Amino acid sequence: MSEAAAKQPRPLIEVRGLVKHFPLKGKKADDGRPAVVRAVDGIDFMVYERETLGVVGESGCGKSTAARLLMRLLDPNAGEIVFDGKAVGSRDLPLKEYRRQVQMVFQDSYSSLNPRLTIEDSIAFGPRVHGVAARESVERARDLLARVGLEPRRFAERYPHELSGGQRQRVNIARALALQPRVVILDESTSALDKSVEAQVLNLLLDLKEAFGLTYVFIGHDLHVVRYVSDRVMVMYLGQVAELGPSDVLFADPLHPYTRALLASMPTMDPDRRTEEAPLAGDPPNPINPPAGCRFHTRCAAAEPGCAQRVPRLSADASAHPVACLMYEPGSGHTKAPGAKVAA
Amino acid sequence: MSAMPKPAAAAEPLVEVRGLQVAFGRGPKPVRAVNGVDLTVARGETVALIGESGSGKSVTLRALLRLHAPRTTRIEGSVKVAGHDVLSLGPRALADYRGKVASMIFQEPLLALDPVYTVGRQIIESIRRHEPVSEADARKRALELFERVRIPSPERRLDAYPHEMSGGMRQRAMIALALACRPQLLLADEPTTALDATVQIQILLLLRELQRELGLAIVFVTHDIGAAVEVADRFAVMYAGRIVEQAPVRTIVRAPRHPYTLALLRGRAGGGHAMARGTRLLTIAGSPPDLANLPACCAFAERCTFAEDACRQGVPPAVQLAADHAVRCLRTDATQAST
Repeated sequence: MSEAAAKQPRPLIEVRGLVKHFPLKGKKADDGRPAVVRAVDGIDFMVYERETLGVVGESGCGKSTAARLLMRLLDPNAGEIVFDGKAVGSRDLPLKEYRRQVQMVFQDSYSSLNPRLTIEDSIAFGPRVHGVAARESVERARDLLARVGLEPRRFAERYPHELSGGQRQRVNIARALALQPRVVILDESTSALDKSVEAQVLNLLLDLKEAFGLTYVFIGHDLHVVRYVSDRVMVMYLGQVAELGPSDVLFADPLHPYTRALLASMPTMDPDRRTEEAPLAGDPPNPINPPAGCRFHTRCAAAEPGCAQRVPRLSADASAHPVACLMYEPGSGHTKAPGAKVAA
Repeated sequence: MSAMPKPAAAAEPLVEVRGLQVAFGRGPKPVRAVNGVDLTVARGETVALIGESGSGKSVTLRALLRLHAPRTTRIEGSVKVAGHDVLSLGPRALADYRGKVASMIFQEPLLALDPVYTVGRQIIESIRRHEPVSEADARKRALELFERVRIPSPERRLDAYPHEMSGGMRQRAMIALALACRPQLLLADEPTTALDATVQIQILLLLRELQRELGLAIVFVTHDIGAAVEVADRFAVMYAGRIVEQAPVRTIVRAPRHPYTLALLRGRAGGGHAMARGTRLLTIAGSPPDLANLPACCAFAERCTFAEDACRQGVPPAVQLAADHAVRCLRTDATQAST
């Protein structure tokens, strides 16, 4: 749980009203306006210093777009990101300086490395761009290779294709750390690895976090892994935040019906208590025409007519465990809402 | 098609693999992907082949359908499925066998389905290749299959192209295609790995239901132990091209005896043996052996915490711990004490 956050509840990153729509050429939405994919549709959250914020959701929920926005590999249509009290992209914090502080590790370990650079050169590249002397950059690269468990004398001169997937991902982690960032965004960074290799890389990530005082944003689809690494977890559905809470609380006592269904979809590991019924039917709806009202109402077991009308708001900002569901919103009209009158 | 083999007695297994060896490449150092696999599958039984990349699980599965390119692959041993000697079928008999006796579903339906034909067309083609039925009857069967795998608005979806469907729907369509000619054996190669958790569980439950209702035997290849626990009766754990442990699912989950199985189960974050946050995950040191350069001993010995000299002397034989539990390990006494 965010004990660290309780002691020093200092938001390192503040995300406010972030929106990213991708236009679809020549297509019209149902309402006749040009069609857009509403990949991220108004999200607010904070990342506290030295915590690990996990992000989960089905494909198409916007978690990877959110990561790319956070890294500013994409320009948002609206909203802002505040890093350490300074607006990203403003005169106080130009993008180049921001990107030195926030680094990213991608899912595909091979396509994210330059095949024509030795891994030592790949790691030293960033520091050199940021003005570190060539010799010092290489020294730093070798140092980092050792930190991620790749003996520099054996590996420094190798090319990416000469390494296994797990080794390449260690290189990507070393490269992300070469600029001495404060935040590392891990976008499905361990998803493509075999489980035993994934376990090794997760251990490494935890060690590095401790050693360098890092803050992680960990995007994943394996809920076991996300629970294991995260202090807090953010659940996304169709471009919006459904629920955000301390990992232990959220996994033990999920509030949002979507979170509940997502957790119930995890395979059991107990042959005598196999899942008997799928918690959710069908695939997630299309983010081009998301359902009106609560976006989850089309698949929700607790949905009422009002859910198709009224958009739930992520509950009070002061709450440590906000949730966007009318069942928890006083006066929302949902029969299970706090203080709801029968036949309201 | 030549006369079908006479119906086997109920006790006779549907699949019988003996001493299967598969090697790729013809140079002096072929990659020895499968090194002596023995596997039997009863009618109506679901067996999960568990292992990591390079363990030989998919290669074993593909050998059951003889999908390996003959020019570059050396296959030895015997594979018998429902009375067919799969490794010696002629081209025509092999085509009859594929789809009709055994068929396969793959990890990525978008790659496995033909993009230029509608899904319905592909199912109809498959039915008419194997059975003398009219186009209209075949379409009716295709529609029934779509209903069976619960594709919404099935009539309309039959005329959809693969790219027009969502991932979960495509996987259902591929299952329908695989079942088109009522095979007795369904081979599934990581069928849910590319899917979201919410869709994965739907597909796993569908496979379980089809298995029960159609009496299918399923060989299910996966690296995801959780998914396998949801569907399988029996597990066969593979390492470096050999089955190192074979037992019913309950035995594997509760009383695994091979050190590799033990490590696989313990290494899962929050898995069977729940790992608390902040504690380190137990990992397996080192990496899998080079399949072009396999040691002439237990392939796991160099990574094994229980290994002793005897483990490095020769390949351990399969020890029968119980009628239904076989382990290729010399140190089962030690692994038993550790669980």
